[in-house]
Amino acid sequence: MSAKKKDAAEAPARLRVRKTYKLFIGGAFPRSESGRSYVVNDSRGEFLANASHASRKDVRDAVVAARKAFGGWSGRTPYNRGQILYRIAEMLEGRRRQFVEELRDTGLSREDAETEVDAAVDRWVWYAGWADKIAQVAGSVNPVAGPFLNVSTPEPTGVVGVLAPSGTPLLGLVSVLAPAIVTGNTAVVVADSPLVAITFAEVLATSDLPSGVVNVLTGPRVELAPWLAGHMDVNAIDLAGASEELANACEEAAAGNLKRVLRGLGTDWSADPGTVRMTALLETKTVWHPIGV
Amino acid sequence: MTDALSVTPTNELRGILHGLPGVDQVGVEARAARLGTRSIKNESKARAIDLAISMVDLTTLEGSDTPGKVRAMCTKAVRTAPGAPAVAAVCVYPDLVKVAVDELRGSGVGVASVATAFPSGRAPLAVKLEDTRQAVADGASEIDMVIDRGAFLAGDYAKVHDEIVAVKQACGSAHLKVILETGELATYDNVRRASWLAMLAGADFIKTSTGKIQPAATAPVVLLMLQAVRDFRERHGRMVGVKPAGGIRTTKDAIKLLVQVNEVAGPDWLDPHWFRIGASSLLNDLLMQREKLATGVYSGPDYFTLD
Amino acid sequence: MMMSDELFEYAPAPESRSVVRIEESYGLFIDGEFVSAKQTFPTIDPATEEVLAEVSEAGAEEVDLAVDAARTAFEKVWGPMPGRERAKYLYRIARIIQERSRELAVLESVDNGKPIRETRDFDLPQVAAHFFHYAGWADKLEYAGYGTTPIGVAGQIIPWNFPLLMLAWKIAPALACGNTVVLKPAETTPLTALAFADICRQAELPPGVVNIVTGGPETGRLLVEHPGIDKIAFTGSTEVGKRIARAVAGTGKRLGLELGGKGANIVFDDAPLDQAVEGVVNSIFFNQGQVCCAGSRLLVQESVAEELMTRLKERMATLRVGDPLDKNTDVGAINSAVQLATIGELVASGEAEGAERWSLECELPERGFWFAPTIFTEVAQSHRIAREEIFGPVVSVLTFRTPAEAVEKANNTPYGLSAGVWTEKGSRILSMAQRLRAGVVWANTFNQFDPASPFGGYKESGFGREGGRQGLEAYLVR
Repeated sequence: MSAKKKDAAEAPARLRVRKTYKLFIGGAFPRSESGRSYVVNDSRGEFLANASHASRKDVRDAVVAARKAFGGWSGRTPYNRGQILYRIAEMLEGRRRQFVEELRDTGLSREDAETEVDAAVDRWVWYAGWADKIAQVAGSVNPVAGPFLNVSTPEPTGVVGVLAPSGTPLLGLVSVLAPAIVTGNTAVVVADSPLVAITFAEVLATSDLPSGVVNVLTGPRVELAPWLAGHMDVNAIDLAGASEELANACEEAAAGNLKRVLRGLGTDWSADPGTVRMTALLETKTVWHPIGV
Repeated sequence: MTDALSVTPTNELRGILHGLPGVDQVGVEARAARLGTRSIKNESKARAIDLAISMVDLTTLEGSDTPGKVRAMCTKAVRTAPGAPAVAAVCVYPDLVKVAVDELRGSGVGVASVATAFPSGRAPLAVKLEDTRQAVADGASEIDMVIDRGAFLAGDYAKVHDEIVAVKQACGSAHLKVILETGELATYDNVRRASWLAMLAGADFIKTSTGKIQPAATAPVVLLMLQAVRDFRERHGRMVGVKPAGGIRTTKDAIKLLVQVNEVAGPDWLDPHWFRIGASSLLNDLLMQREKLATGVYSGPDYFTLD
Repeated sequence: MMMSDELFEYAPAPESRSVVRIEESYGLFIDGEFVSAKQTFPTIDPATEEVLAEVSEAGAEEVDLAVDAARTAFEKVWGPMPGRERAKYLYRIARIIQERSRELAVLESVDNGKPIRETRDFDLPQVAAHFFHYAGWADKLEYAGYGTTPIGVAGQIIPWNFPLLMLAWKIAPALACGNTVVLKPAETTPLTALAFADICRQAELPPGVVNIVTGGPETGRLLVEHPGIDKIAFTGSTEVGKRIARAVAGTGKRLGLELGGKGANIVFDDAPLDQAVEGVVNSIFFNQGQVCCAGSRLLVQESVAEELMTRLKERMATLRVGDPLDKNTDVGAINSAVQLATIGELVASGEAEGAERWSLECELPERGFWFAPTIFTEVAQSHRIAREEIFGPVVSVLTFRTPAEAVEKANNTPYGLSAGVWTEKGSRILSMAQRLRAGVVWANTFNQFDPASPFGGYKESGFGREGGRQGLEAYLVR
């Protein structure tokens, strides 16, 4: 416990109302079913909050919520998904000052924090625009040697487990989450910086994003990731935030139901992301139909 | 329902015909092509050739036909080649029926006459019926009528139906073959519907084409008509024959047809009573292949008469 | 044979085996040469159980040699070679395959047991087309959108159901992208891959670009675990696919898997019925049902189930089961005794669990591995025959009442490779195609393939696509 003792004389005239950082599952903010929490300090070691320490059962609940949301979310028109994602960017921009402060707590300078928030908003906007374009880039009408219409379209793979990257708490999170959901997948994220992630969940919760499309868990990744990687109802896992050792273990566990595994796709979040994080979470469906009269 | 003689409302016929399962063009063509890859060898081929000969409606339908030409063809119809069977029938224009009947008397070879303002069918019903009656009176044992394709395409199914019923009545005991002229019906769905329409009106045979319009007896069209007679028997208990005509020139074509009959309608139809092939030059190719099988060497056209 | 009591019996029409010369024994194809291994194993004709040849079994030493040869060829010759030159080699290979197609078709039928009609009319034309298609990509990679950097050495393991075609699916895109390969054909069907080695020599393909190592599961394991391999491509069972995924985890190797399926073929009551019957026959009896994307679950709308089953049985009565080399054979031999036993075991479970079995009455040859085309009705989703891949000429029939129920049942499986929809209603086709979770959806057709058409599965049917532009991704650094 690092909360410093304070003299009575230091008591403020008005006591600030703190936020309880909980999990984000199925559109709600529950505490961990385990009842556990862990202390989050700022970069100087000062107490910031007690974050929820998610358990394997929270992983389970989050996957159920994500699966339940998948049909509806993937069934939205791409235009509608794009609008909702853009709305999220608007909400993010509106909370710019809050994110800058939270990022500063993680040790960033004001300038770096502002740069990261701006980059995160811009990245989210960039991905939002892909919603109704990716199919034209990744899909095709195939010239087969017969009287058939043959069309390949990209489709979301399903429920995606995401281990958010370390280092750039907001930009990293945004850079792995947006490409997963913009195409219609739903996600269960194990956050890196719990406070930034949960504040981001508040943005999601106020942006018309259907419940369960994104679920955010906080807690030790080594504890949660294997449950996510081994879950038979998760279709893919992004190991961006896993250590070498954890990633190896997750990759092996992911073989249980042949998850699509995203690994080694680059972690320079300031670079042009390209489409690879989207296409890696897409299936190609090819439909044939005879052409006749 | 089978031999309905009353005037049938178009709506009822539309309900029946449009309730038939659709036909997927690519699927039916692929199936026909695949049946065409059957390989018929040796003794099977020999049997198939003789069967095909016995199913031929040896045909001449030219403006230049003369009694002499018809008489020569009739001779060939009976004496195809030494040891070979006779054909099933000859097929001529109505005015030459008498010539053929005289020539073929006692031979067992039938005389078929086209009728009903063949090939276009564009004449008043009374003319068509008189055309038919005359041919029957002259001794034709089979009448090959054409349907009113215009009425069919206009959706006037009752007109087509009732005309067939009337012609059937005019035929008396003569067998009625109903020519659909599938090349003018354009779609496979129409071929299926026209087949059923003809059968519902009492056709003894459904026939693909006049031979004057291309495409004529294509493999998918014959396949569909064989499915139609198969399904019609299943539903109505009456067997109807099938006659492809037009463009069938080689033994290979004929054997492919027999494979279709065998595998689509079933072996019950492998009989001149239920399957005919309308052709002229086909006969000599069948005879030539027959010779090849018997002697082991390829024959040539000079060894077969051109009548 | 069948139909002996019928008027129009087809005489045997065998394709001549003389067009192909099978050696007594075969070596491995490494660095452009045939080299023998210490161990050999026999490959047999599944229609007669006759031993066709002794084939080398690659051990650790030989796999090392093959991978080294591929590495050297990648670094020195094939990797640096301009795409337009690689293209010309692939065009050459495509042409030689066309020239030798009759020989290859017979060889494939003899070693695999599949009918000559299929090897002649399907496998071989597709094999040539695949090389022809990817040849043209070799010098156009910059337009495909996946970069132009080859991965390196690809280890490729292929199944026995379409031996040469699966080889083409693996080798053509790999080579087009500039990779070199070590390919292991299936243990029971090595001969056409070895004939392909000869084609590589005729095409003067640089040594080491294509290496063929024959062998069983142990050879496969050596290849998967070899540190010199940069990419593993596997087509086969889901069980083995998972094992490979575990073995590859953490190695940094790229992986592509094309695995099992339990495809639903859905027939609505407004379907073009005769074509649907044909589609059902094609979906489950093509290649004796030994097809990963087979329509092994037939979902029929209840209102048309009886009519469809009657027509299906009538149609099946015309199927000719027997000698794979007879040009009139529709259903040939099962590939191996092992596979036959698997089919038999699952069929027995179907009967034991209460499904109703109907098998085509036909005379089966005494020697060889045969299974009569079979339908199970009264099947429930919970039956093993509705959930497990049988990989044989056995279809499980289930009924449904509404489109929603059809989708639900079709998707209710860990697999997601193929599905079929039969209906005349356009909007329903599009809706079904959208909702079916499968990598390929055939609407009013089934089992169509084309080099330009991406193929591959959802869920436990694997990942990655083969065919078309999308098929390049698997062989380029992302």
